[in-house]
Amino acid sequence: MPYNCIVLIKQVPDTKRITGQAMNDDGTVNRGALPAIFNPEDLNALEVALQIKEQFGGTITAITMGPPAAAAVLRDSLYRGADDAVLITDVRCAASDTLATSYILKCAVQKTGDFDIVLCGRQAIDGDTAQVGPQLAEKLGVPQITYLEELAELDGDSITARRNIGTGWQQVRTKLPVLLTVTGEANEPRVAAAKKMMKYKNAWAPVEIEQQVRAENPEVDEATIKELVERKCSILKEKGLLIKQWDLDFVEADLTWCGRGGSPTKVHRIQSVVLAAKESKNVEPSENGITEMIGELIEDKTIA
Amino acid sequence: MGNFYSDNEDMQFLFRHVNLREVAALCEDGFKFAGEFDHAPADAKEAVQNYDMVLSSLGQLSADFIAPRAEDVDREGNTLNEDGTVSYAKGIQESLEKLAQAEVMGFTLPHRFGGLNFPNVVYSMAIEIVSRADAALMNIFGLQGIAETINAFASEGIKRKYLYDFSAGKITGAMVLTEPDAGSDLQSVKLRAFTDDDGKWYLHGVKRFITNGCGDVLLVLARSEPHISDGRGLSLFVCDRGPTVHIRRLEDKLGIHGSPTCEIFFDNTPCQIIGERQRGLITYVMSLMNGARVGIAAQSMGIAEAAYRVARDYAASRKQFGVAIEKLPAVRDMLIDMKVSIEAGRALLYETSRVVDMEVGYARRLESSPPEDKAQARQLKNDQRKYRRYASMLTPMSKYYCSEMCNRVAYDSIQVLGGSGYMRDYACERHARDARITTIYEGTSQLQVVAAVRGVCSGTAEKLLGELSGQQFASEMDDLLAKLAEGAEQLNKAVAFVKEQGNEYMDLYGRALVDMAIGLITGYLFCGQASTKVDMDVAVAAKGPGDNSEMVSMRQRKASVARRYVTKNAPKISALAELICAGERSTFTDYESLIGPVPTE
Repeated sequence: MPYNCIVLIKQVPDTKRITGQAMNDDGTVNRGALPAIFNPEDLNALEVALQIKEQFGGTITAITMGPPAAAAVLRDSLYRGADDAVLITDVRCAASDTLATSYILKCAVQKTGDFDIVLCGRQAIDGDTAQVGPQLAEKLGVPQITYLEELAELDGDSITARRNIGTGWQQVRTKLPVLLTVTGEANEPRVAAAKKMMKYKNAWAPVEIEQQVRAENPEVDEATIKELVERKCSILKEKGLLIKQWDLDFVEADLTWCGRGGSPTKVHRIQSVVLAAKESKNVEPSENGITEMIGELIEDKTIA
Repeated sequence: MGNFYSDNEDMQFLFRHVNLREVAALCEDGFKFAGEFDHAPADAKEAVQNYDMVLSSLGQLSADFIAPRAEDVDREGNTLNEDGTVSYAKGIQESLEKLAQAEVMGFTLPHRFGGLNFPNVVYSMAIEIVSRADAALMNIFGLQGIAETINAFASEGIKRKYLYDFSAGKITGAMVLTEPDAGSDLQSVKLRAFTDDDGKWYLHGVKRFITNGCGDVLLVLARSEPHISDGRGLSLFVCDRGPTVHIRRLEDKLGIHGSPTCEIFFDNTPCQIIGERQRGLITYVMSLMNGARVGIAAQSMGIAEAAYRVARDYAASRKQFGVAIEKLPAVRDMLIDMKVSIEAGRALLYETSRVVDMEVGYARRLESSPPEDKAQARQLKNDQRKYRRYASMLTPMSKYYCSEMCNRVAYDSIQVLGGSGYMRDYACERHARDARITTIYEGTSQLQVVAAVRGVCSGTAEKLLGELSGQQFASEMDDLLAKLAEGAEQLNKAVAFVKEQGNEYMDLYGRALVDMAIGLITGYLFCGQASTKVDMDVAVAAKGPGDNSEMVSMRQRKASVARRYVTKNAPKISALAELICAGERSTFTDYESLIGPVPTE
């Protein structure tokens, strides 16, 4: 039987490419200094959805919440085989913590209609909280399988999966609909597909169209801008190239639960930790030298 | 996260330097497909953007997925199962699935069969990228010429039957030409093709050394006219793998272990004819082979790039006599020679691929929408003929130069690593083994020289050199251009001398003549690169620890490359001319006494 999958994805700064300019003086992340990428484990989640679709049929809807530029990861999802893409962008989303984010995503998922499987990456590399997936499952009122490393069986409305529990694995079974959070070990995600890229590189969200129109027509009045944007959007829609764009009103979110106001997390203090080499030590390339080094590392609990 | 496209600065530069927009316009036939296929580009800019995106995706797949599997693939090889089927190495199977998902298995096939309709020059880049990751996998990825041959010459029914599946990566193919007694000399192919009372075709006989002979679709060269003993008695057939196609053995090879090399027995296998009878070898296989030769040149580029990088990396970190060995003159000289010869190969290959694209594009335009104006039509026809002559000379030149070059580079890569390079701990020994086949299959270097020397001696090289020398160059190239002009003069004299001596002498000194011509052509291409309009910044090597900030413009860097290459090549070209004009004929006159009898034990 075919399954309708919803994959929640996030655009994140590439924390593997940290340079000297990665942090602002106040300890916040300088997003401009880091390239924005598809959160790695969200690609694993998308890959699970694509394999489900290939085997059983159904649809895949990719949803992301973020600034207009986040539409890039939606295009990336379309390049890999997602059928539909939704950008949730609204200034009132700004400063949302995991609780507010999962609330907004809950509203969005419910807006898409019936779903069988919601997939998320285990965690995003910028915050590393791993909270949004589980919170979302609770808010949707569906069972969750976190830390998925293998989808063992999908049969009717029953799902069996193997999850990583740190010291080993655990195989669990539950009923659909379900929410899964997927680890990097689950698969090796496919790359963007040529023809899908050739087509969907021309897919844009309305907010991006507006930016383009403004850049191309710097001295035009607002009414004309609006008209140009609408015309362009309707052309794209006809070609199946318009990325859906929803705001908080559209997903019928209660604003008290969104943004800064809906976020109980308070950042007490951010410490900018600068690691500097104080002293260095030479290890002899011999049996003895290596044994000594390992002994030291065990002693200071660097390795177990 | 690696990327074998974006990390290759020379490839990035050439992607901008080569006139891809012109090629794209021809390939897309004036961008008329845009309305019909939602992935077809609407203009040249979009087409080039497509090429860039697809190469980038393939570069990522090659670096992150294919390359990490190459060592295991090399050790595991293929398996001939008891039921006669062949299993690929696990890594090859997995990579083929990823390539199919990436939608790159119909690279040059038309849009209407699910292909990308990309030009050859972009396909050459793609083959290099994949081969750098795993040279053996290229033998399946790079065999798209099989589908291309079906597209060019087969009936609409055969095209429909196979081409969608090729594009989707659901099937792979093999070009089934070689037999135990027909290797370089394909005219002596014996495998029999015959018809039954209903006029249906069947194949009977043995083929040997067939790359991916276990593939789903086999293009088979067979003798359909038993009474005609030469190439005109051969036709080309297509058949499916099935119960009458028996894989009798897999060869145990020096390199490219991931690529299965099969001996096949056809036991009255039903098949269909491609195109017309008797044109199998002289038209279809010649076309197929030309494409495959460009493919092997690209495969050679990938192996050379991979081998060079192992050596470069090692030379920077290995310390002897208190310094990194790249500080030692002999080692640094070797490294630069490796790198420059790779860039020379790339320049020659991309120019060749571009010329092939121009020829194909003009031929297609003449066929589909010939200009009504007679003068215009004549001009188009002349241009197409010119490009065809260039392509038929440059194709064997590229195959010859790139394959020989990749063997030298892989050999030197082991040399740079010394004892470590000889061990299986480093990839360079695999690259050297994989490289070895490239000068042999799809026509040996000796046969490439025979094919190329005709062009050198018939005036094609002179015409091409004249055209290349007439480009706009930066004024700092003037002294190098003078050296190249002098070399061209020497080549003309050598050609004139050879012509007086006859064909046998021309074949004897073919390699020297072709080496001269290649040295001059690549010299001009380098000077052209050094005069480019599409500059970019590239990093220079660190002079010490922590120093990684210095950049140089590619134009400036290419000027250094051109200077070194042309300056060091000029005395070699001059020496080759002298050698050719010396008239030394002992190979003919003294063979028996020089070589002695065949050793008995």
